[in-house]
Amino acid sequence: MMRTLFSFPGGVKPDPNKEASARAFIASAPLPERLVLPLKQSAGVAPLPCVRVGERVKKGQIIAVAEAWISVSLHAPTSGKVTDIGAHPLAHPSGLPAPAIVIEADGEDAWRERQPLDWQGLAPREVQCYLQQSGVVGLGGAVFPSHAKLGGDTPTEELIINGAECEPYITCDDRLMRERADEIISGVALLRDLTGARQCLIAVENNKPEAIRALRGAIGKHREDFVVVTLPARYPAGSLRQLIYALTGKHAPVNVLPAALGVQCFNVATVHSIWRAVAHGEPVVRRVVTVSGNVRAPKNWEAPIGMSMNALLQLSEPLDDTDGLIVGGPMMGLSLPLTNAPITKGSNCLIARSPRLFPPRPPESPCIRCTACAQACPQGLQPFELYWWSRARNFDRAAEHALAECIECGCCAYVCPAAIPLVHYFRFAKGELAAAARERQMADGARDRFEFRQFRAEREKAEKQAKTAAAKQAAVMSAAAAPSEKPAPTPPSEP
Amino acid sequence: MPTPSSPHLREANSISRIMRLVCAALFPGIVVYSALIGPAVLAQIVLASVAALFFEAVMLKLRAMPIRRFLGDYSALVTAWLIALTFPPLSPWWLTVTGVFFAIVVAKHLYGGLGQNPFNPAMIAFAACIIAFPALMSEWPAQGLMLPFEQQLEIIFGFAPRIDALTAATPLDVIKTALKNNALRAGNIQELLMSQNLYGTFAGRGWEWVTMTYLCGGAFLLAMGVITWHVPFAFITSMAAISALCWLFDPGRFSDPLFHLFSGGAMLGAFFIATDPVSGCATPRGRLIFGVGAGILAYLIRVFGVFPDGIAFAVLIMNICAPLIDRYTQPTVFGRRANGRRS
Amino acid sequence: MDILTAIAVMALGALLLGAALGCAAVRFRVEGNPVTDKVNAILPQTQCGQCGFPGCRPYAEAVAKGEAEINLCPPGGEEGMRKLAELLGRDCVPLAETVKRAPKREIAIIDENRCIGCTLCIQACPVDAIVGAARQMHTVVEALCTGCELCRPPCPVECIEFRPLPETPETWRWPEVGFWKKEDVKPEMAAA
Repeated sequence: MMRTLFSFPGGVKPDPNKEASARAFIASAPLPERLVLPLKQSAGVAPLPCVRVGERVKKGQIIAVAEAWISVSLHAPTSGKVTDIGAHPLAHPSGLPAPAIVIEADGEDAWRERQPLDWQGLAPREVQCYLQQSGVVGLGGAVFPSHAKLGGDTPTEELIINGAECEPYITCDDRLMRERADEIISGVALLRDLTGARQCLIAVENNKPEAIRALRGAIGKHREDFVVVTLPARYPAGSLRQLIYALTGKHAPVNVLPAALGVQCFNVATVHSIWRAVAHGEPVVRRVVTVSGNVRAPKNWEAPIGMSMNALLQLSEPLDDTDGLIVGGPMMGLSLPLTNAPITKGSNCLIARSPRLFPPRPPESPCIRCTACAQACPQGLQPFELYWWSRARNFDRAAEHALAECIECGCCAYVCPAAIPLVHYFRFAKGELAAAARERQMADGARDRFEFRQFRAEREKAEKQAKTAAAKQAAVMSAAAAPSEKPAPTPPSEP
Repeated sequence: MPTPSSPHLREANSISRIMRLVCAALFPGIVVYSALIGPAVLAQIVLASVAALFFEAVMLKLRAMPIRRFLGDYSALVTAWLIALTFPPLSPWWLTVTGVFFAIVVAKHLYGGLGQNPFNPAMIAFAACIIAFPALMSEWPAQGLMLPFEQQLEIIFGFAPRIDALTAATPLDVIKTALKNNALRAGNIQELLMSQNLYGTFAGRGWEWVTMTYLCGGAFLLAMGVITWHVPFAFITSMAAISALCWLFDPGRFSDPLFHLFSGGAMLGAFFIATDPVSGCATPRGRLIFGVGAGILAYLIRVFGVFPDGIAFAVLIMNICAPLIDRYTQPTVFGRRANGRRS
Repeated sequence: MDILTAIAVMALGALLLGAALGCAAVRFRVEGNPVTDKVNAILPQTQCGQCGFPGCRPYAEAVAKGEAEINLCPPGGEEGMRKLAELLGRDCVPLAETVKRAPKREIAIIDENRCIGCTLCIQACPVDAIVGAARQMHTVVEALCTGCELCRPPCPVECIEFRPLPETPETWRWPEVGFWKKEDVKPEMAAA
């Protein structure tokens, strides 16, 4: 079926490099002995640990519980013993450690009792809470808690399932769609009932014909009103705002949730995990990770959350000149040295880096305002202006040029002939702006407290004066009444 | 510091590639130009290039910047070629060198080097020299009087006397002089032009062949994505429109649009000078305004002004306006409505 | 005659424009002095007194009246000075010598073992960030402390020290990128 697609501005077409890892079936990674589970694996608030060091846990047991709405619980990915709760290194550009729970696996991999949810008889709110307790987050990389997306005030018109997977190298969603299309479609049906969407659109880039065929086959068996939409391959077609616009023509600015426009968008892997949670009672304890790049056996691995990245990389036999890792895709991912940081719910891809595949960026040249960046920006921004003001540390002007609307997709820095690391400048400027906002907030609080303190001091002074005056008055009065007696002691002012 | 920030991939493109493409696009024009005028053109290009690289290197050294890397971006070479192509081909060597000095040292490096210059360096050179040496800058060789190469070189380097008979005004000059002396009457202009038609048919003295090759070079730049269509399109249409208006108003006094588009520096200006990204506008709408402004101003200066051609001053005037135009033509951010309100 | 006309025209023009300006000044007079508030909003409200004024507001008043330079606020730093310059239409000036050190936020930490509960620091704190009572151990509320160091001198047992806040992945910021100046270009890169 043909659909009119809207065309978002800009975009680039990097070499997809997907064939190598898309060929093999998803393989199950062997269970590691030690799993490190960072507490904060979703957007929002980190859950609170609810196990003690030394405690034995079952696979799927909650080990940290969500205490805020924008937060999800964390589960033990295998059975074993909690050996540590403390700071551990994380796959984060800062390299700073963050609180994590460490589990020593006992090798039995024994599940806690699993029960499917009879969701048809439940209120949507109860299903949402169930998803929160199952630790379901967006597995596309943004790790936003899925339950928090549901249940907005605006009725949902379109339910969009994101299988675009536009970043080079990544094929985990592609393989998932090929191999587990039935489960994905069942999940879509579940989400459709939960949201009451009029339309279900499953968007897949046209470079994944087999995934499209598999999805269409699965739909044929269940629901005929789901539509698989073929998107022309252009990065970043799978970016939330670009995808929504391409399919519906609706614009979602950065500070507006798509739900407010009547659109719900879920990644295919998320839909799959929602279905596993509801139909099988399995919380999110594993995920499919593409391991590709400078390796002998590029492949998709289904790995437990908390497994060391380096250990997973070794499974695909990295070549000798591998000098680091890219976590996520090459356009938006994070470049790290070979690290033992754990796989989290957001790690969709590990790319072995080598100077041959990813030559170092040449030194930055001056910007000549050629506007290649502006032509490539899918958000219609003027990256060269943002760069100019960010470099000059004039962050307010950068904000005026809509710095906040930058989605850090990397198109500008990809095309820049001057090799300027534009996205880095924008991240720097955004960080400074956020810090300034925090400081502003602190300063406002400090001013209020300071002014209140001044007010209090003055009030106390006035009270004291009033008191002394009253005492004097009383003394004069009593002296007049009984001149022989001594003045009465001052009564305490506080009642 | 090797940046750890994404993206980790890059398109194979560089400033030096862009500049080399511009040089490549100028090449056919240079060939036809030198075929028409003589190898003096090539001598001027070599002279200007050497001078530009020398000044650039000196300035980079003074500013403590990596010399090899910045010489390798070829931006000085583009400036030099544009100077060599806009200056009279038989101008003395020191005039060309002075022009290059103004462009590279004053207009470019004193303002902060590549990417920081508010004005087009080559046009600053042209403007400075035409104000300082108006007579020399108006001496164009009469085509058809092709001198042997040695003699051209001798003139350029001052060994031979500058013979007035060797040089003549450009077709644009001829018309302007006539206009000034009120020598033009109805029908007169065609006659005057016909007298200039030695090689070409409509722009006088074969200029159209040179400008036509510039047009082809411009099309090449467009196809390679080095420039966008906005400035050349706006420049050419606005110049065509205003010259057509004047021509329809009084065909006896004003020459036709075709003549204006294909004589002087119109095509060079539209595709190679007004499109300079550093000193021009950057937004699509801003570029249209820039092109329209430059086209109209160039026409007005060349027809009613003191100078024979108006491209340089038109571009410089629009350079002044560029930041303001950019400020008021910021494109709509994706996700926001045109009126700035969020959708 | 001509010259007289010219003088007359110019004089008339000057008169008219002067009258217009005078009218505008009367008509559009700004009530009160909102400048002080605007200046105060830019100041970081640490109330540290390092500018030589007793708190941010007094300094704001002095700046608004034009009695104080705009470069005296150490916590505000370069950025704050630039914002003041922009607001007041003054030229940017280099930071005063006393202000040069990098503004890095440190917060007070009370050594619990040595605190004698004298409440002197509580009285000194301009933003009520220290809690405690007489002969009880005092403590600093981290989130409220502005790091003004006004509590340090009154402490009789010198149990207050200042430490920078530890960095976490949440508060971490991307560093500034190197520009294309010579010192940022490694020799081997320059050769490439």
